[in-house]
This record gives sequence, C-alpha cells and structure tokens, in this order.
Amino acid sequence: MGFSKEQLLERLQAQQIKFSQYEHPVVMTVEAQAKYVGHIKGGLSKNLFLKDKKHRFYIVSALSDTKVDLKVLSQRLGLGKGGLRMAPEEAVGEILQVPLGCVTPFALVNESAQHVSLMLDEGFKTQECCFFHPLSNDTTISLHIQDLHKFLKSVGRMVAYVDLEANPPVGKDQPPDLAALVPSDTSSITDVSEKTAALQIDNSKPVSVTVTGKVSKVSSGQQKEKMGNTGNSFADPEKLIEEILEKIKVENIKQHGEQLGDVAFARLHKNLSSDLKSLAVMFKNTAYTEGFFAGTHCPPKRL
Amino acid sequence: MEHENENETKALQEQEQVVNPWEVSSKGKIDYDKLIDKFGCQRLDQSFVDRVFRLTSRTPHIFLRRNVFFAHRDFNEILDAYERGEKFYLYTGRGPSSEALHLGHLVPFMFTKYLQEAFKVPLVIQLTDDEKCMWKNLTVEESKRLARENAKDIIACGFDLSRTFIFSDFDYVGGAFYENMVKVAKCVTYNKVVGIFGFTGEDHIGKISFPPVQAVPSFPSSFPHLFKGNDKLRCLIPCAIDQDPYFRMTRDVAPRLGYNKPALIESLFFPALQGETGKMSASDANSAIYVTDSQKEIKNKVNRYAFSGGQDSIEKHRQLGANLEVDIPFKYLSFFLEDDEELEHIRKEYGSGRMLTGEIKKKLIEVLTEIVEKHRAARAKVTDEMVDAFMAVRPLPNMFN
Repeated sequence: MGFSKEQLLERLQAQQIKFSQYEHPVVMTVEAQAKYVGHIKGGLSKNLFLKDKKHRFYIVSALSDTKVDLKVLSQRLGLGKGGLRMAPEEAVGEILQVPLGCVTPFALVNESAQHVSLMLDEGFKTQECCFFHPLSNDTTISLHIQDLHKFLKSVGRMVAYVDLEANPPVGKDQPPDLAALVPSDTSSITDVSEKTAALQIDNSKPVSVTVTGKVSKVSSGQQKEKMGNTGNSFADPEKLIEEILEKIKVENIKQHGEQLGDVAFARLHKNLSSDLKSLAVMFKNTAYTEGFFAGTHCPPKRL
Repeated sequence: MEHENENETKALQEQEQVVNPWEVSSKGKIDYDKLIDKFGCQRLDQSFVDRVFRLTSRTPHIFLRRNVFFAHRDFNEILDAYERGEKFYLYTGRGPSSEALHLGHLVPFMFTKYLQEAFKVPLVIQLTDDEKCMWKNLTVEESKRLARENAKDIIACGFDLSRTFIFSDFDYVGGAFYENMVKVAKCVTYNKVVGIFGFTGEDHIGKISFPPVQAVPSFPSSFPHLFKGNDKLRCLIPCAIDQDPYFRMTRDVAPRLGYNKPALIESLFFPALQGETGKMSASDANSAIYVTDSQKEIKNKVNRYAFSGGQDSIEKHRQLGANLEVDIPFKYLSFFLEDDEELEHIRKEYGSGRMLTGEIKKKLIEVLTEIVEKHRAARAKVTDEMVDAFMAVRPLPNMFN
C-alpha cells in the first residue's frame, strides 16, 4: 500500500526535517499550483515521470522555468535519441502510487518506486526552499532541497543533482554523462560494496576485507582464542573463500529475507564454492611463485 | 601380519590375473577380493569413511564414498595417531612415461589433494623419470622433460605450494636420500627382489636396483630440508593397488632401519572405456579420456567406445534393464558424479530399463567434459616458474598449519 500524505509528513517530522505546509484545492498543473503558492518565496517544481524503452522509470524534478529537453536527456543517459518518453498514466498510480497530476520526488518513499531514478534540478540548490506535493494534490509543502535529498537517501533511493539545461556532446569519445543514473539490477551493487565495507558480521572472524596479507595480529585477541592459528587465516584458500561466501550470504539474506536468502545462498554455495576454492589455491600458488622467483634472483647482499 | 611370499609372483602369473607395477591384465574382471587376499592388505570399510568424516569435519571425498579407494595397510594407525595430535605426511608419485595424461592417472592425485586439504599435512611427490628411462628405454633428457610436463598436470590438480614438494629422481637422488637407498638395498636380497617383482636373469641391473628409489620417500629422513629431526613422522601413501609390491618390501625393511612402516591407502583401477578387463593404457588413445581431449573428442569416445551394459534392443532393455556390473558409463559416473542422490536415481532408472544407454552416456559426457575443462583451465595457469618453485629444495615452514 502506498504511503499517505499523513504518513509521509509524520516521517518528515520524525526525522526533524523542517517544512511548511500549505493546503489548497486540488491542482493538476503547475500553473494551478502557482495560483496558491506562487507568491511565496521559493522554487516551484515541475515533475516529469518518464520511462525508457527498457521499462525503466525516471522522475525529473525541475524548477518550473528550467527548460527540459527529453531528447537531450535521453542521450545524456545513454539511451539514444528517442529513448525517453512520458510514462503512461497507469504507471503513475502503479509505480509512484500517487494520483495523476501529483508526480513528486516524495513518491520514491514507496517500495514500488524503489528502482525509479530521481534527477533533481541543480537550480534547486540556490533556492531557499522548494515546493513539492506531499503525495497529494491538495497540499504543497516547502522545504530545503538538501533536506529532501537527505530524506530520500535515507530510504535508500538513487538521487542526483543534474544541470538539466546542459547539452554536452555525446559520442564515441564522450560517453553519456548521466549514464550512471540509469536504474538497473546492478544499481544495488554500489550499495552492496558500501554496505559490506561497513559490515561487522561476526566478531569471531577477522574483519578486514582487503587481501593484502597484512595479517594484523592486533585484530582482536578474541579471534586468537577461537581460531588458534589466526596468524595464517589468509594463507588458507578455503578459509578465505568461506569468508567471502559468508559476506555474500549476509547480503543475500538482507536482500531477500531470511528463508529465501538462505535457500538461494545454499545453492550458490554448493555450485560455486569448489570452483572458487580451486581458483584461490591457484592464486596462492602464483603469489608464492612470484615471491620465490624474486627471492632466488636477488643479488647477494653486499657486505 | 603379512607374509614374504617368494613364489607369490609365480603363483599370480599362473592364475588368470596379473597385477604388478608394470602389468595389469586379467582374463575377466579383476577380482579385487582375491587381490586383497594375495597381497595381504585390508579392506577399507564404511567405518573408516565415517571416521575420516568425523576427524576432518568435511564430506569425505567421492573416491572414499564410492569405494574407489578400497584397501589399506595401517590406515587405522594413521587415524589413531592423528586423533592424538600426531601429524603425518603424504607420499605419492608418478612414472612419467608419456606426455598425455588420462583421467585414470589423475585419480590418485585428486584423492591426495583432498587428503592434503582435509588433514592439513605436507606432501612429497616423486617423479620416477629414472624408472621410465630404464623400463621404457627413453633418453635421460626425454624422461626429465616428461617429468616436468607431467608435473604441470599434477600441479593443476590443486596442490598447495606451501606444503608440497615435487621432485624428480634424476634431480634429487643423492645426499640423505641416497644414504637411505643404500640402507634399504642392504636389507633386500637378490632372491627376494626377484620374488617380489619377477625379475629374470635377462633384466639389466638398473631395474634390479631400482626398487629402493621408490621405497625411501616413505622415510622422513630422506628429506632433511623438510623433516629434519622428525624421524618418527608417519607416512601415508595413496596409490593404485598395483604399486603394493614396492611398499610390501618397504614395510618389511622399515623396522630393521628403525623407521615407522609407511601406511597405504589403495585404489582400484580405472577401467578402460572398452571394459573391465584391464586398466587404461596410455598407448591406446581410445581406451581412455585424456586431459587434452576436446569436448567433441570426449563425446565421440564415449558414444563410440564406452562399453555398454544395455541390452541389444529397446524392448529387451525396457524389460530386463541394464547390466550395471559391466556398464562402463555407469562405472565412470560412480567415480565422478558428485551427487550421491543423482547417482542412485540413475542406478534405479538405468538398472530397471527406464533409462536408455544414450541418456546415461549423455550424462557421462557432461560430467567428464566439466572435469576436463576445469583441469585444462587450471593447467593453463601453471607456469614454468611455478614448477621450479614446487621442485625447489626449500623448507616448508607452514606445512602443518
């Protein structure tokens, strides 16, 4: 079920985000909205809900007088010249779970909109505050754009500031500058790597993520008791792979919930672990060989 | 208690099957029970497999579960000692007679790799280039070259460089190793060695003096750079059962030299594609799947040459089912298909006739192709420098970790 205006406003208050609230009759266009709040200092927004050929969705939220050229945007996203078009009306309800005429960045708070990519007009940054619908056409709230940004990031959404009027050339030597804003399944990978770096899974396992061979004997006395020869846990290809798989498992469970995560992971473990271990052994052997070669070709120490 | 049976080889030759390090053949199927009897080793039963599982906390290797390694000498003592915290080392080897290795050659190495990982123990691998030079009449250069080439395939099986020492006889024999060879040679009379190995007056003296070379890696003092001062370290030798004569001799000699008898864990022979009457031979390309075979070649070999236990016609097959005793695809799957449940399913379906020969061959091709490709990928990662590192006479400080 989509969030209601009240629930959203409650969330904002809970996060101590300052906003002003204005009630008015239902409005379906920016012009109509301007009649009620246009006199207040701040940036009125126009919000476009867009779709590309691969059924990925975007919200472009711009100052009402920023010119937005869909053709240019489409190229900058790497979707080709005619890749972007207005999303069908049903999608507004289905994906954003807001009424027609109510497209707003706040719609991203809904689960159904988790893969929608939001582009915010850079121009918002210079405004004292900006106006958006809080999931309903009969209200407008104004808040600082940074607070909106912070709020949406806290829900794990992709948000970026874009100079919407820019028209950089896109070609062989100039890759599309907004390509990173295209939602995909892999969009969660950047999140994953951030999360795993911060992850403290199990206190009994070594916490460091990088394989640099710097086996810090300082890394907590508790490990030594539990694992005995911890000093060599990176010399053991099997332990290394088990550690890596453990991290994947935790991430998997986070994404898919306990049961499904476990089942999906068990399959992965069964199919992959032996291959990964063989690779790790070969890697270790190669490293040893390089060291050995270097050592045996060292010129004798000068006395 | 095992006996020193001087007439044993003669008796063996009079019977239907011949099993010694240089010849394995039989009129019908190899009778392994008779072999165990004649050689005097022990059967490896399920209780051992369970015990290994408990001691190593990991699934026992497929070759243990499927009774491919089926016989032993003193394996229980190795396990007893291990439980007490006493380590051991592994010793296995290869006679580099040809460049082409087939899956049968890899069997002891795959198993040894598992043992190394499961028990976390060091390993010495002997390449008997001198033996092949003598028996196969190769030049010294050629046998040394083959040894290095074979070493690459062995390394590709996944041994841990920080606890493995590979050596070729031409390179390594000398020093403490040679001292042990002389000590062993002094304990074995000419008559005895003729009795064990079947040498005749026509054989050259190189052959007759070779057995100590294969015996002494069982003694830790042969490797002073590895096991200095650890003279009582036990040795476990995974090998195919045709190597048993060497180690019968070694076990006889060991107590006289004040060493522990090496323990053995022995495998049966990987049957040739054409059937159970012998072992795979490097000289008949179609008797075996080689690690260099392409996917197409594997498919062709299995479809054309794998001996089928299926019936002559589909009707008969549906009625009677397949003869699993002689069916080669099923035998091979029992060696290489990891999933116990899946194998059981195939046993039921094929044995009852519901599954046809074409299907089981298809499954086998899949399994074999995966193994061969994996091996090839690993082999591609083995460099000459890596071989040098494996073969360098160097200490292994972390070999028991």
